[in-house]
Amino acid sequence: MSGKPKLYYFDGRGKMESIRWLLAAAGVEFEEEFLETREQYEKLLQGGSLMFQQVPMVEIDGMKMVQTRAILSYIAAKYNLYGKDLKERALIDMYVGGTDDLMGFILMFPFLSAEDKEKQRAFIVQKATSRYFPVYEKVLKDHGQDFLVGNNFSWADVHLLEAILMVEEKKSDVLSGFPQLQAFKARISSIPTIKKFLEPGSQRKPVPDDKYVETVRRVLRMYYDIKAN
Amino acid sequence: MSGKPRLTYLNGRGRMEPIRWLLAAAGVEFEEVYLETKEQYDKLIKDGFLLFQQVPLVEIDGMKMVQTRAIMSYIAGKYNLYGKDLKERALIDMYVEGMFDLNELLMTHGYQPAEKKEEHYANMIDKTENRYFPVFEKVLKDHGKDFLVGNQLSRADVQLLEIILMAEEWKPNVLAKFPLLQSFKARISNIPTIKKFLQPGSQRKPLIREEDVPKVIKIFY
Repeated sequence: MSGKPKLYYFDGRGKMESIRWLLAAAGVEFEEEFLETREQYEKLLQGGSLMFQQVPMVEIDGMKMVQTRAILSYIAAKYNLYGKDLKERALIDMYVGGTDDLMGFILMFPFLSAEDKEKQRAFIVQKATSRYFPVYEKVLKDHGQDFLVGNNFSWADVHLLEAILMVEEKKSDVLSGFPQLQAFKARISSIPTIKKFLEPGSQRKPVPDDKYVETVRRVLRMYYDIKAN
Repeated sequence: MSGKPRLTYLNGRGRMEPIRWLLAAAGVEFEEVYLETKEQYDKLIKDGFLLFQQVPLVEIDGMKMVQTRAIMSYIAGKYNLYGKDLKERALIDMYVEGMFDLNELLMTHGYQPAEKKEEHYANMIDKTENRYFPVFEKVLKDHGKDFLVGNQLSRADVQLLEIILMAEEWKPNVLAKFPLLQSFKARISNIPTIKKFLQPGSQRKPLIREEDVPKVIKIFY
């Protein structure tokens, strides 16, 4: 038992990726167990490790934590990435809610048909550039500070960088109307723990491919069609 | 300006209802503004009230808060309904996130088109009875205490009561196999602030009626 957090998920991004980002940003080493077979998943279920029968699951500090938001909140608070008081926390929660919604549109992307993928790509870019990016651009412009909340590095900054990079994978010049976000992206990417996570060989997962989709469907027996937004 | 939190939403449950429950449970009086037309909604957006162009909106302590989870975490933190330390908070968050998932199913049932209703109902009840309620029944059984976490009232208890009552509206005997949830329901319903909220004339909202669904859809789409 190493004492390091242990992540149980597929070998791919999905809902676990934000957790990998946050642990990495906090400089916390973690182990991973990848779900490849239905048997592995059923063993976890039978062992009572999955409170609501779902992954992500993270073993941390003697707990088997489930529910992505619960896990992220715990890590953020434990490693001082959650602001200094209730009001800063409220701001962080609001901002993270937005980036979570945005990344949610991308989460289902690999499961869509080719035709739906094109529609969804346009939808993602439209929402990013008209609803979400303008908000964070304005926040940074209004206070002129390096970080989103309280002049201190927080979960909100990590989550926003993750969202920016994911949207850029769908449209590489998507930040062209957002100079503050461009500078933010460069700045946060240079933070040593994050820089390390962005280098090849880290535990960051690549863009999901068909093999990932196949694995998820097989392990969860999730064969129904997923619709675009 | 009254100093009371002000809620802006439809005159209905939706995503604002858990917030109403939590404020009521905490004994906090609040005001409400109801969205009735698309023009009202568009004006709110134009005037910069809605950070991500969405409701719920709660004006509280000088902030225009959006995002249901952010709002509820703030209220729970402020009124001591979030456990006493990080680990209790983690437990509360796990339970409450499961409840949000179930709430999504229960809350959207009324909006399902006719051809999808039966399948949605079956899935909703299956998840309620086989995924979510067994977890909370077991939590109560294992520690034998009155409240879900840390032997004191928290947002998890309030949200669970709300979910139980919503599920019962769709299947009245849904608690048949869950004796501890039955006594939990009675116990939490008796807490004075909650008892008051459950009485007629409170700000608790009724189930959406089928005839009102098109009007709601018109406001947002």
